[in-house]
Amino acid sequence: MHPQRKQRLNLILFLVAAVAIAVGLAMYSLSQNINLFQTPTQIAAGEVAPGVTIRAGGLVVDGSVERDTEGLGVTFRVTDGQAQVPMVYEGILPDLFREGQGIVALGQLNHDGVFVASEVLAKHDENYMPPEVQEALEKAHQDGKASMVEAAGATNG
Amino acid sequence: MSINPLFWPELGQLALILSLVMAALQVVIPLVGVQRGQWWLMGYARPLAVGQALFLVISLLMLTWGFLQDDFSVAYVAANSNSQLPTPYKISAVWGAHEGSLLLWVTMLGLWGVAVALLSRSLPLDMVARVLSIMGMISVGFILFTIETSNPFERLLPSPPQDGGDLNPLLQDFGLIVHPPTLYMGYVGLSVAFAFALAALMSGRLDAAWARWSRPWTTAAWIFLTIGIALGSWWAYYELGWGGWWFWDPVENASLMPWLVATALLHSLAVTEKRGLFKSWTVLLAIFAFSLSLLGTFLVRSGVLTSVHAFASDPERGVFILALLGICVGGSLLLYALKAPTVASVGRYELVSRETFLLLNNLVLMVMALAVLTGTLYPLVYDFMGLGKLSVGAAWFNAMFVPLTVALSVLMGIGAMVRWKSDKWSRMATILWIAGITAVVFALGVSLVLSGTVKGGVLLGLAVSAWLIVATLADVWKKSRGQIGRISGLGWSYLGMVLAHVGVGITIIGVTMVANYSIEKSVRIAPGQVETLGDYQFEFVQAGTIEGPNYTSQATRFNLLKDGRVIEVLTAEKRRYHARNSIMTEAAIDASLWRDIYVSMGEPLAGGAWAMRLQVKPFMRWVWLGAIFMSLGGLLAVLDKRYRKQRHSEAKTAAKAQGAAS
Amino acid sequence: MNRALLFIPLVIFALMGVVFWIGLGIEDKTSLPSPLINKPFPDFELGVVEDGRTLTTADLKGQPALVNVWATWCPTCKAEHAFLNTLAAQGVRIIGINYKDDLAKAKDWLAAYGNPYAYNLSDPDGMLGLELGVYGAPETFLIDADGIIRAKHIGDLNPRVWSTLGQTFEALK
Repeated sequence: MHPQRKQRLNLILFLVAAVAIAVGLAMYSLSQNINLFQTPTQIAAGEVAPGVTIRAGGLVVDGSVERDTEGLGVTFRVTDGQAQVPMVYEGILPDLFREGQGIVALGQLNHDGVFVASEVLAKHDENYMPPEVQEALEKAHQDGKASMVEAAGATNG
Repeated sequence: MSINPLFWPELGQLALILSLVMAALQVVIPLVGVQRGQWWLMGYARPLAVGQALFLVISLLMLTWGFLQDDFSVAYVAANSNSQLPTPYKISAVWGAHEGSLLLWVTMLGLWGVAVALLSRSLPLDMVARVLSIMGMISVGFILFTIETSNPFERLLPSPPQDGGDLNPLLQDFGLIVHPPTLYMGYVGLSVAFAFALAALMSGRLDAAWARWSRPWTTAAWIFLTIGIALGSWWAYYELGWGGWWFWDPVENASLMPWLVATALLHSLAVTEKRGLFKSWTVLLAIFAFSLSLLGTFLVRSGVLTSVHAFASDPERGVFILALLGICVGGSLLLYALKAPTVASVGRYELVSRETFLLLNNLVLMVMALAVLTGTLYPLVYDFMGLGKLSVGAAWFNAMFVPLTVALSVLMGIGAMVRWKSDKWSRMATILWIAGITAVVFALGVSLVLSGTVKGGVLLGLAVSAWLIVATLADVWKKSRGQIGRISGLGWSYLGMVLAHVGVGITIIGVTMVANYSIEKSVRIAPGQVETLGDYQFEFVQAGTIEGPNYTSQATRFNLLKDGRVIEVLTAEKRRYHARNSIMTEAAIDASLWRDIYVSMGEPLAGGAWAMRLQVKPFMRWVWLGAIFMSLGGLLAVLDKRYRKQRHSEAKTAAKAQGAAS
Repeated sequence: MNRALLFIPLVIFALMGVVFWIGLGIEDKTSLPSPLINKPFPDFELGVVEDGRTLTTADLKGQPALVNVWATWCPTCKAEHAFLNTLAAQGVRIIGINYKDDLAKAKDWLAAYGNPYAYNLSDPDGMLGLELGVYGAPETFLIDADGIIRAKHIGDLNPRVWSTLGQTFEALK
């Protein structure tokens, strides 16, 4: 084979091999490191297995925030208007964490149905609603309205 | 006669429209000149570029004037300023939100055009004409975008508000004054390399000369990008209040991707200039680099991806930017497909040669860029397919980036000293062995001394950066034959490379140490109590309030002690800015070359206590110090004599050719 | 090298363009179809911020109006406020809902920055907001003279938004 062509062939083979390795590494890592968002309704319905790292969030329920008297533990509940999920977190909450605010937390559901958060994410301004939370609220609202209308329809006969 | 203050923003608006006219002329007239071979038409390119920039600068100044005058009849000023805002921030508020920052972007594009116009004496006029025409096309697109969808001069008449909504407190800070302009200079600067690439495709003149012209412009843009990204990281570190300095946030990724590709481009241009190889690939890289700049703009301003500092989302804008992206990138890729050379360049090189190593360099950098792109876009594609909402965590990006950086560093150590065309391992063996052994000893030594244990990640990071630094410096030693006096004679281009590569090593050391040896503690602490973290003690001295010009803050004062002695007094604050009623955490940082001490406030707890986050971050400054070395290296390379000497002789040649043609 | 290979980057970019185009469509949050369009405004009985009297849904009827949900803790509301002043000066009837807010703060705010509202309903626990499907502030509803909700806008009102929304409003008269 012409030496230049052979050089080119080797080059191409090497490139393909390198890219294949990179892609393989990427796909494997991806499967280990992506976090799906689950709504409170989904969690309450038992769709989430304990011990799997996911993102969960909603509006912080008014009056549900309780801080430990010692240490830095805090418990609170989040809602999407339909279901509520109790959460517990150890550490400093972001500035924008407040009742009525939409937040997203990273963590795992434990066997008691409490979400143990390793991170609470709220790095934005007061007016920001995480899109996942907004969609969950919207869906719950629509589901809620639909079932209310049905109920109304049923009673009206 | 006094000028009605209502008039100034209108002047700004008018100037913006005039700049659009200039830009349109800048597109058409020189190109017609090129088509018809008429030199006098081509000659209009330079003055038109200057004219466009002039009007843009006027426009930007009028907007700035509106801020300085507290002219709240201008909607943008009302939304982003306040009478109590300190003056420096009134100026930086000009680029604090979407509309103003876009005007800044477009003005910088105009200014780069002026730079090309003024510093291109050695280029043939038809090249200048093409390059400026293409830059004009980009200007037309973006100025039109600004006027149509993001006009900073919109008025709130007849009843302007009493006062403004204040600049987002996150942005009221030195970092905001410098970070966006620097970054934009980089993004926009890549348009020059882009324009050169397209001009080369259009003229069919894709040669070593084209590469030589493109190189300094690319390096200049790269320098700005490097500094801009480093500034952004540093700013996030001290401003966001939790000690992180890189989050793999979409906006950060949007700046990293063009940087990676620009780095690849820099190196590819070297091959094209020296050996006439990789021409087609280099052109494609130039297109990619600027395309990623544009893509970044799209991602950040269209609302497609939400992030901590994405601008207000607006689908109408998103559509416009997507159209711009489509025309610019699609158009250039089409031109590439149609006019790039299919005949391979003649030039052989052996396996052990600089060409090979630069090729590998490009490969690794492109894979890195692709990885960042994939991670950034994956959530969008996932959502689009209706599979749900997911996020790609920092862990994934790190898992990809770390091995690739290791590979890159190993290659860099060798690549910088290997000869063109053909070289032998035996020639480099001594240096490589020295570097290798030093690297391992260094890594093991530092690991054991600092922590008594050996961690894989630490070993790898330290070994690889030591390898890089030692190999690079050993080559300098060899080339200067051990005499320090000879070093400056080695050429600024070479020394620039040395500095930049050493900078990469420094950054890797910083990242390795900070990532592996940082210690952090979140505590509940009341005045009078002391907390210990590592070798340091934090004594909570007092809590109180501080009144600022446009904020009130709750502050906590700490004594920082080491070995029982007070070495620093740290004051952390939680500020409430009055106009927007928003809260900002101002961390207290004690910085030194070897470590940062980071203290930030959480929430107030019962009994006068506070939740505080205490951190010791070793070698934090090295991360950005490396970037400074890289930028200085780039600067040295740009100032290399050969560009000045060559320009002079080329100017003569170009003038002769022109004389002959007209 | 085959010329066809050179078209690969263009093709890949075109695919990405399609993805973004669709992504834009999905993310068009400002045009979420509200389930309340063409339905009557929810019943309420709330106090007024300015003078404390109590009003009900019946008081909304009579003229088309904008119903603007706002709060003092909301910076975008602040940014929108200037424009609301302009609209009010042009004769547009704006009724405010002070959402999840503090009465005293609301009064101070209106005194400092101007009051474009005919009156403001005080909704401190957000119950009316919940009925209206409000996710955050600011949001603005267009109601006609019979108190039927005809449009909903999420996000701030500004000249650009008003160029389309204003026409819808004109049509209600």
